[in-house]
Amino acid sequence: MNDETNDGRMSIIVRTIATMLLPFVLIFSFYVIMHGHLTPGGGFQGGAIAASAIVMMIAAYGHKMMGKRVSEDGLSMAESIGAAIFAIVAFIGVIMAASFMYNFLVGTPLFGETPPFGGNPGILNSGGILPILNIAVGMKVIGGLAAVVMIMALAGDERGDEK
Amino acid sequence: MISLFGIALIILSIFTIIPAIMAVVMKDLLACVIALAIMSLLLSLYFYLLHAPDVAIAEAGVGACITTALFIIAIRATQRYEVEE
Repeated sequence: MNDETNDGRMSIIVRTIATMLLPFVLIFSFYVIMHGHLTPGGGFQGGAIAASAIVMMIAAYGHKMMGKRVSEDGLSMAESIGAAIFAIVAFIGVIMAASFMYNFLVGTPLFGETPPFGGNPGILNSGGILPILNIAVGMKVIGGLAAVVMIMALAGDERGDEK
Repeated sequence: MISLFGIALIILSIFTIIPAIMAVVMKDLLACVIALAIMSLLLSLYFYLLHAPDVAIAEAGVGACITTALFIIAIRATQRYEVEE
């Protein structure tokens, strides 16, 4: 990883395995985020898994090449959009039912189904505003953690140049 | 009479404490970071056995991957071996 001759990249074996693993890790993270109201996990856990996928690509390909593909501005924008969606959805409840974070989506076609009584594995299309809040938190965590790692990698690079 | 679950928890506790002590004792900071990653992974297994899968997923994602990457980046920017004052 610290080899300066090939621009911080690792060997071809590591790069190929990381490229093959990336879609599986991302799909698993989106599964954890989308099933946040049914199974263990949620926005933070899924976002941490997706950010670890980005960290894996940074370790395999080097932060210079990943800095060209994934911009810090985009990650910061994803973080801010996630926070904005969370706040907006929470305040719509105030407008519609005079209660902060009121679950105004129950009964509507969007995440509005009611699961039956008794033991059941859960319905994905249920939960009201909870899946939307999970997606917002997931966007925020992906942007935040990936931006922290990428900015720190770039800053460490500048520090190494000074020495 | 101690149950099989209790024996498993005791063995896992010992295997979790050993990397933590190694991370304190060793002088090579890169090896310390790897020991911390192993400790985080075993700790997430411990959380899973204690019926906290939420915390286990968060610990495995943040503790074993992102913290390790941050520590390795910090070591690359400074120095690898601990210096005696």
